[in-house]
Amino acid sequence: MDSSLDLIIENYKSSGKDALIPMLQEIQEAEGFLSEAAIVKTGQTLHIPTSKIFGVATFYNQFRFEPKGKYHVQICRGTACHVLGSATVLSEIEKHLKAKAGSTTRDGLFSIEVVACIGACGLAPVVCINGEFHAKVTAASLKEILESYKAKEEA
Amino acid sequence: MNINLEINNKLVTANKGETILEVCKRLGINIPTLCHIKETFPTGACRMCVVEHLNSGKLITSCSYPVEEGMKILTHSNRVAESRKVIVELLLSNHPDDCLYCVRNMNCELQSLSADLGVRERRVMGVKNLKNLDHTGASLVRDPAKCILCGRCVDACDRIMGVNAIDFINRGSNAEIAVAFNKGLNTSSCINCGRCIMVCPTGALYEKNHYAQIMEALDNPKKHVVVQYAPSISVTMAEEIGLPAGTDVYGLLNASLRKMGFNTVFDGAFTADLTIMEEGSELIQRLTEGGQLPMFTSCCPAWVKYMEEFAPELLSHLSSAKSPMQMMGAMIKTYWAEKKGLDPRDIYSVGIMPCIAKKFEAQRSEMTRHGLSDVDAVLTTRELVGLLKIYGIDIHSLEPESVDSLMGQRSTAGKIFGAAGGVMEAAVRSAHKLVTGEEMSNLRIEELRGFAPVKRTTVRIGDIDLNIAAVNGLAGVKEIIEEVRSGKSDLHFIEVMACPGGCINGGGQPLTVKEENIRKRMASLYSIDATETIRTSHNNPEIQKIYDEYLGEPLSEKSHHLLHTHYEKRDVLI
Repeated sequence: MDSSLDLIIENYKSSGKDALIPMLQEIQEAEGFLSEAAIVKTGQTLHIPTSKIFGVATFYNQFRFEPKGKYHVQICRGTACHVLGSATVLSEIEKHLKAKAGSTTRDGLFSIEVVACIGACGLAPVVCINGEFHAKVTAASLKEILESYKAKEEA
Repeated sequence: MNINLEINNKLVTANKGETILEVCKRLGINIPTLCHIKETFPTGACRMCVVEHLNSGKLITSCSYPVEEGMKILTHSNRVAESRKVIVELLLSNHPDDCLYCVRNMNCELQSLSADLGVRERRVMGVKNLKNLDHTGASLVRDPAKCILCGRCVDACDRIMGVNAIDFINRGSNAEIAVAFNKGLNTSSCINCGRCIMVCPTGALYEKNHYAQIMEALDNPKKHVVVQYAPSISVTMAEEIGLPAGTDVYGLLNASLRKMGFNTVFDGAFTADLTIMEEGSELIQRLTEGGQLPMFTSCCPAWVKYMEEFAPELLSHLSSAKSPMQMMGAMIKTYWAEKKGLDPRDIYSVGIMPCIAKKFEAQRSEMTRHGLSDVDAVLTTRELVGLLKIYGIDIHSLEPESVDSLMGQRSTAGKIFGAAGGVMEAAVRSAHKLVTGEEMSNLRIEELRGFAPVKRTTVRIGDIDLNIAAVNGLAGVKEIIEEVRSGKSDLHFIEVMACPGGCINGGGQPLTVKEENIRKRMASLYSIDATETIRTSHNNPEIQKIYDEYLGEPLSEKSHHLLHTHYEKRDVLI
């Protein structure tokens, strides 16, 4: 883990401030999220204050600040999904997993990410877990879906 | 003046590069602003300064729009007035608007704008901001619920101070101003300078208040309450008590403090003189016996913290002398307590300071002795004015009084500590005497006076050409730190004051003060210096006495024990 971060930092040593976003993207690609340590090191490399980097990173939806869970739950909040009730689905997910969008459950099993459109509007509302699509999700079916992943773990 | 334009149907001329706002200000046309601060690049974020651009038919932000030939502008058309009013109504829609309980009640830019623009009904109802206070800072509190996201604090922290403790985080309606990782201020690089408070248009930022402890001490007959005030205080509270800006209220200040119940009143400019004796001697020691050069002054606690965070490898360049407030604190609970036969535990020591970083400094662990703080509580100038009201004191009905003896008399060298460049001027006066044995022929060092962010000059002392600099506003210190880091600096001695203009414009001074009034305060300090007779620290009779009776000589063992300190690298998010 650490060595890949060091490698990225090495590559950006002589870069200017404009390299910030690509650098953050590479770090997230390698580590799955932006850790505090990674942000601090990014600041030292590019000579940008930590507060400014955190400001930029929180502006964009693509960056996360907690490691992904074993099961990464992506909920589509695009127009079609919205019209068919994805807001309720999202709040059900948050309630059921006891975690907010953008965060990871305490046991590290699930993480929630809100995405703008998965391109499966015909199946709205859509939830995608580790690449598996779940179509026309309702509050009731959602519970079953999440429970099935939990059961997999317990088995 | 080479650009012709029309403002409110009148032909005016302006300079190329001037903004519409600047031109209007010059012409006496008052355009309200919320996000704009003069010292930084305009952001145009709040839209309060919009004016009607008749050529394009659009509303444009006057703070960021440069004048153009043939431009036609209306600054107060109905359309503009309505637009400004709606902005305030929208800002108020989620604002807690608990004005009666707010620290900025009667002194709030948002409140004044709302009144000035005629907001009289609640047309827009939004969900009120509910956000937690950040109490973790040593000197200041952040109340994000009252924040209108104008970004002035972010700008001030970045461009005036070069600290960047805070920035905008998140986006859209979730945007707020926060420390990195949305943690508490205590994890950040905040140096407690209070510049953010000075620019904040609402009650989103304010100092930690020490009224309760002080009032309890004043009410306790067993406590001997001693107060000291910084050199700038007597010239910076005038507007707040209805006197012309810059008026020196020294005598009334002493009288009012006694009236409130402070048992003993000392002038902090006395220990400013003491600082000069110690710091000046330290400089000469470094020059003659070989020590780290250049030497930086250490009387500004915000600057000291800045060094500990941003340039810890240069800490040996920082003078080991304590600040005047801490020197006074140490002397009160040792020398003065002995003289008066008082137990230091029965003394409550209060500092009245132009600064909120002094609240942080007073609670540093190095500033305690046998578990007792040298300075127990710190009040800002603002809080002093508030305390006068709490005690119902009409300062104008009082007869001027003088300070108490032993540590009250000051030279004017100590007094000019309050102005940027003043510490250096005072130090050079005494260094000259210490090195050559003679007084300087002309005590006034013009090159060190005024508001320029970085002032450099060379002064001849005996056979030394002393290269000196005075910096105010920490953004300007970066270039000097880089010079010192790279070993290219030919400077010997550098004064650094965090606040632009020095303590007279400190983060604890009265709010919403006009720039011209800050200039009047500085002029007032220099006029005191020009008119009094004791103008050098080493000629202050009480300073001479304290060395004869107690300290021995500057840099003596006793001085080191009481008047000097050490610094440590701080591990914060920078």
